Amino acid sequence: MAAIGSLDIRWPIGFIFTIYGVILLAFGGLTNQGVVELPGGALNVDLIWGGGFLVFGLLMGWMARRASRRP
Amino acid sequence: MQMHLGFVDYSIIVIYFAFVLGIGFWLRSHMKTSEDFFLSGRSIPGWVTGLAFMSANLGALEVLGYAANAAKYGAVVTHFYWLGAIPAMCFVGVFMMPFYYGSKARSVPEFLRLRYDEKTRTLNAFGFAILTLLVSGIDLYAMALLFQQLLHWPFFASVVAAATVVAAYILLGGLTSSIYNEVLQFFLIVFGFLPMTVLGLKAVGGFLGLNRNLESVAAAAGHPAGFYNHVWANLGHASNNALGVNWIEMTLGLGFVLSFGYWCTDFLVVQRALAAKDAAAAERTPLIAAVPKMLFPALVILPGLVAIGFSEVSGGFGTPPNYNLALPLMLQRFYPSGLLGIGMTALLASFMSGMAGNVTAFNTVWTYDIYQTHINPGKPDQHYLLMGRVATIVAVVAGVLTAFIVLYFNNLMDYLQALFSIFNAPLFATFLLGMFWKRTTGHGAFWGLLCGLVGSSTHYVLYRTDVIHYYSPMGANFFQAMWAFGIGVVVTVAVTLMTKPRPESELVGLVYSLTPRPELAHLPWYERPGMIALGVLGLCLILNIIFW
Repeated sequence: MAAIGSLDIRWPIGFIFTIYGVILLAFGGLTNQGVVELPGGALNVDLIWGGGFLVFGLLMGWMARRASRRP
Repeated sequence: MQMHLGFVDYSIIVIYFAFVLGIGFWLRSHMKTSEDFFLSGRSIPGWVTGLAFMSANLGALEVLGYAANAAKYGAVVTHFYWLGAIPAMCFVGVFMMPFYYGSKARSVPEFLRLRYDEKTRTLNAFGFAILTLLVSGIDLYAMALLFQQLLHWPFFASVVAAATVVAAYILLGGLTSSIYNEVLQFFLIVFGFLPMTVLGLKAVGGFLGLNRNLESVAAAAGHPAGFYNHVWANLGHASNNALGVNWIEMTLGLGFVLSFGYWCTDFLVVQRALAAKDAAAAERTPLIAAVPKMLFPALVILPGLVAIGFSEVSGGFGTPPNYNLALPLMLQRFYPSGLLGIGMTALLASFMSGMAGNVTAFNTVWTYDIYQTHINPGKPDQHYLLMGRVATIVAVVAGVLTAFIVLYFNNLMDYLQALFSIFNAPLFATFLLGMFWKRTTGHGAFWGLLCGLVGSSTHYVLYRTDVIHYYSPMGANFFQAMWAFGIGVVVTVAVTLMTKPRPESELVGLVYSLTPRPELAHLPWYERPGMIALGVLGLCLILNIIFW
């Protein structure tokens, strides 16, 4: 990625997914509005999927950081 | 129907807009020459251009439209993702990308000038510019309509607001901005819609429950039991399926002419591969794109099928049924506040990047192939960079105007396929003959392309004025594409045989038989384009058999 220098797309993706993950986790954890009713019972999808967003965001950030440290 | 967005949902949407514009500002200092602006300086890695290749095609129609089509026609619309995309994407990667990238052409019309002559290029440039402007309004229209229905946002204000943001990030960061936003959008759509598939399937009792539901809906509507849940089984005769086409039309019309015509010649997608950092990355671009393309029916078609088989949702289509509500109804049923903001952001992202793809393709073709060639040649590079920015604004304004043309069509997919069958199908004949028959001449290509365009437009007028009849508008589009391609081939061959071919020495690197094969022996097997393509095709075949 030499020609475009620091412009690794994984940075913004990592940032936005991390922010969204934190928002969903906070909203799902602090309120009871993140719940959807299913035949098998209620599910707090904001809490579950917020975790998914956070993990993906951190993974992207970690990959971008690793790539930027390579000579 | 009415949806309510909470504070958290609006915050999520606002953050997305901030990021989109932020990427533009971040890239601004890197836009120094016209090549940076139009071709991203040919510097982007293959996985990024691959995801952008797929996402540029992932506009409103792909996301909102295929959920609607699945709810209306059933699983048969999966063909638009498999048969209608995968073979062509493999072909363009393995056989055509070496020419496109290797010739250093900056656009598809410019490749036609290298292979043929100036007049063929100009004809294609104008055809493509018109097509692009007519298509770019679709995304704006679909978005504004959706937000008007769901959230009572005013139609015109939504169109102008989204158009302004798209214009802003392209003006700032050019093609790179567009590609980066397409990649961001890709992940937002995957993560934003995956819960719908998972929760929807869980709610209907998995695939078995979905099948049972579809069978009972089909029975209630007086159709055979398997009407909605097969990809191939109902294509024996055009009257057996809601799409109104048979397997021959499907295979030749969609699978061959329309699909290859789009993926192999439409500069909107080819431009993404040309931005790749080297030839190997360019060749891998469509092949990388083919993998998510093949799996996307799980995200956009499956929720549509769940919606029909799910009375709580399908009751909401209304009478007469408005299938465009399939996806919004699923969002309403399964997405609580928070996740709803993510879902709406994913939708917004797909609309904006679909439009941005059209705008970046238009400004390149306009600036290089029309303005620099015919109107004002020989200016310094900075002049063309400025013209690219002016063209961006013109394209966005034109997109706003075409959004109002689209208002007069009642089915967006028919509108889009009608345009593709008119413009892209004859062009595929020009390319196929040009790349694989070294004798093909510029005169042959020009007249073949022109007659193909006239033939397909005439067919369209005859169909719309009820002179010719088909089972369905989609059947008409497929036949239109086959006619356009057929006329293109016949006229090109006939005129070629009457005119003098170019010497072979001028065609090296432009015709398959005169171009040395790239040396691949040093690459591991999984990095060779041919092997990747075989793997992709094999997987696609297996999916077709499973969902037969």
